[in-house]
Amino acid sequence: MQKLERIHLLSRPNVLKPLREFIRMLAKKNNCCDEILNCLVMAVNEACMNVIQHAYKGKQDEEIIIEFWKDDKDILIKVYDFSEAVDIESIKSRDLEDVRPGGLGVHFINQAMDCVEYKHSSNEKGNVLEMRKSLDKTVVCPTNY
Amino acid sequence: MKYPVSKYLDYSVISLSGEIDLNESPNVRKQILNLIKKDSNLLIDLSAVEYIDSSGVASLVEGLQTSRTMKLNFALLGVSESAMQVLQLARLDTVFTIYGSLEEIEQA
Repeated sequence: MQKLERIHLLSRPNVLKPLREFIRMLAKKNNCCDEILNCLVMAVNEACMNVIQHAYKGKQDEEIIIEFWKDDKDILIKVYDFSEAVDIESIKSRDLEDVRPGGLGVHFINQAMDCVEYKHSSNEKGNVLEMRKSLDKTVVCPTNY
Repeated sequence: MKYPVSKYLDYSVISLSGEIDLNESPNVRKQILNLIKKDSNLLIDLSAVEYIDSSGVASLVEGLQTSRTMKLNFALLGVSESAMQVLQLARLDTVFTIYGSLEEIEQA
């Protein structure tokens, strides 16, 4: 795979809007269709929200690194945080029948991407979320905004 | 951002706009809950919302649940296509009362 970009962010809510703009620009530059673009925007936004809220527990000066990779078939996005290792088994989508505020981020990520994997960093503190999206336009994204 | 509030019948109508994300949703939540505290039935106009994420959706769900507890009406109005897709993805499109227009409310 070819690495397209590696960006560093602070764990602040106000980075999310420019981040979404960046992903839209990057996706268009790499000829992604609107459906795929929207899935990437949703997934990365929700992933970074989860890092800000849960991994860093609202601390605003921590680091998030995002890498964007691509080959002929897929886009691969890796979101790194440097918090304490999270309990990967606890990262689950909630029951949608249980209507309550919050808890939808993991569901949105799983719906937007084709393959989602949480890992602990191998040689340093922190966690990595790897999300893969097929560039096959016959794969329909559930969102289209 | 302070969103405009108007009156329609016995509802307060708050018109959200732009991108409702983790940076903006605390503000949305606060404005919604403040109106509910005033015993106001609420219509949330989402027609100008370009993007909403799970934190924005959470603010709407909290407003709905708080309104129900206080026996007040809470409904969505003119939901934009992008917001509707997110509500559908969360299977909340059947949980909220959703009106396409103000005229629909009078007919309801």
